[in-house]
Amino acid sequence: MISVEKLTKRYPAKTAIEGMSFQVERGEILGFLGPNGAGKTTTMRIITGFMPATDGKVSVDGFDVFENPLDVRRRIGYLPESPPLYLEMTVSSYLRFVAKIKGVLKQKLDIEVKRVMERVNIADVQDRIISKLSKGYKQRVGLAQALLNDPPVLILDEPTIGLDPKQIHEVRELIKDLAGNHTVVLSTHILPEVEQTCHRVIIIDHGKIVAVDTPKNLRSQLQGAERISIEVQGPFSEVVSKLKAMPGVVDVQKVGDLDGRHKLQIESELQKDLRSDLARTIVQNGWGLYELQSATMSLEDIFLKLTTAEEAEKQGT
Amino acid sequence: MRNISAIVERELRAYFNSPIAYVVLTIFIFLSGLFFRSILAQVMQMALMSQMQAQQFGPRPIDMPGIISRGFLSTMSVILLFVMPMLTMGLFSEEKKRGTIELLLTSPLTDLQVVLGKFFAAGAFYLILLLSTWIPMGVLYLYGSPASGPILTAYLGLLLYGLAILAVGLFISTLTENQIIAAILSFGAIMVLWLVDVVAQNSESATSKGVLTYLSILSHLDDFMKGVLASSNVIFYLSLMLVALFLTYRSIDSLRWRG
Repeated sequence: MISVEKLTKRYPAKTAIEGMSFQVERGEILGFLGPNGAGKTTTMRIITGFMPATDGKVSVDGFDVFENPLDVRRRIGYLPESPPLYLEMTVSSYLRFVAKIKGVLKQKLDIEVKRVMERVNIADVQDRIISKLSKGYKQRVGLAQALLNDPPVLILDEPTIGLDPKQIHEVRELIKDLAGNHTVVLSTHILPEVEQTCHRVIIIDHGKIVAVDTPKNLRSQLQGAERISIEVQGPFSEVVSKLKAMPGVVDVQKVGDLDGRHKLQIESELQKDLRSDLARTIVQNGWGLYELQSATMSLEDIFLKLTTAEEAEKQGT
Repeated sequence: MRNISAIVERELRAYFNSPIAYVVLTIFIFLSGLFFRSILAQVMQMALMSQMQAQQFGPRPIDMPGIISRGFLSTMSVILLFVMPMLTMGLFSEEKKRGTIELLLTSPLTDLQVVLGKFFAAGAFYLILLLSTWIPMGVLYLYGSPASGPILTAYLGLLLYGLAILAVGLFISTLTENQIIAAILSFGAIMVLWLVDVVAQNSESATSKGVLTYLSILSHLDDFMKGVLASSNVIFYLSLMLVALFLTYRSIDSLRWRG
């Protein structure tokens, strides 16, 4: 549905995106993950035709963004980073305006506006002035605007920013609901969001793609080591040295002390479950075992690992 | 066309949803009334004088409504200079500031449609301002019978002159995110186009005098006010308008490149 090839965007002072290529399938939810300034917004702005790229090719539903900008824009619903609202208008008159410029036919205007308002749950504020609405409502009005004229592609730049947890949940459910009929590209820097909503994740940093995969695969692929956290009571240095000597243990790190008990984190070799071995060693030495838990790396860890690895690599060269 | 009308409608609503429309209309109508009254008083005095002269040298007819309408409409052209930057200052600067420009430029509209929509909206409001001058002008028709020809050309001149200035203001509002800056810059640009006339008067060489007089935005109105419809004046205003609109269009394009 969306195809991005060797996309590059250079500003006089810096390069925002460098040789980025990826595809988005019909009905897929793709998550863009990356620190602020990584190039997420720039990429989205190029796909929506807001700004031209320096180099590369972007097509949506077979239409080239540079050659047929209007055909592309007709197929995209876009929610920019800050919702583009005319604050002095009422919700319904704003949505009517957007529907008109998106080419919704006059006789369908009312039905379409009503449909999107119900979809994002803002029908109760339709006659209110937008500037008087709470941030959550404003964000939802922005989302409603993107849904007008039912575009097959939705580009959402940080769709859940500024919402309370309940609204965040609602918006995520809505996005999941939209998938199938719609192709969704969303950006975020909230990691659980990606895990909960996206089929596929692209992690970008400094304008380059660092990783592309499903959230699940990303996690298992990138786990260089399993982690086990334990809470043990015993002579600290002896515990550490004995555990380190165990086969399969890569590293032992102290996390904290609590009432004479030590919280330790143990990194083991890949695909090796050391939990029963660890328990045996501790019991055999007569120490007290209070807790033993395997801790998989969260996406957050992976994300940090990836983006900082990139940084280190850069500094090395 | 429907796209353009959607933008025109939104902009006109925005004028009337904010205090701008009411402030501009109130000030303009108040000032035009004030000037009309003082011009009327002056011409009355003149008429009295000429009546006294007539007793000595024989009657000489004077066209009172004509003198009043010409004086009044020329004064309007100056007042409008101060009012028009207020109509265009927010047209693009506000969109840039609030980020709504991103909505317009990613919707299935061409840049030209966006520019024309904004321009027509400002033009429509300007028409309302021009129509409001019919409150005092109506008085002339009520109590006299002015020759309609010069009045018609004067209004045509004011219309072309206004549209050219609005186009300049529209271009300037694409350059900044700040309405006030846009208003001040537009005002400055208009003042320059106005004051080249004064510079021209003091100019020594004939060529520079000619060029500067040609560039002056007010000098082209004189013929219209006298009832003369010269194509060179029409072309001057139309080309100023088209150049400014073209610059607006290019400026929006460069906005995309810069992001």
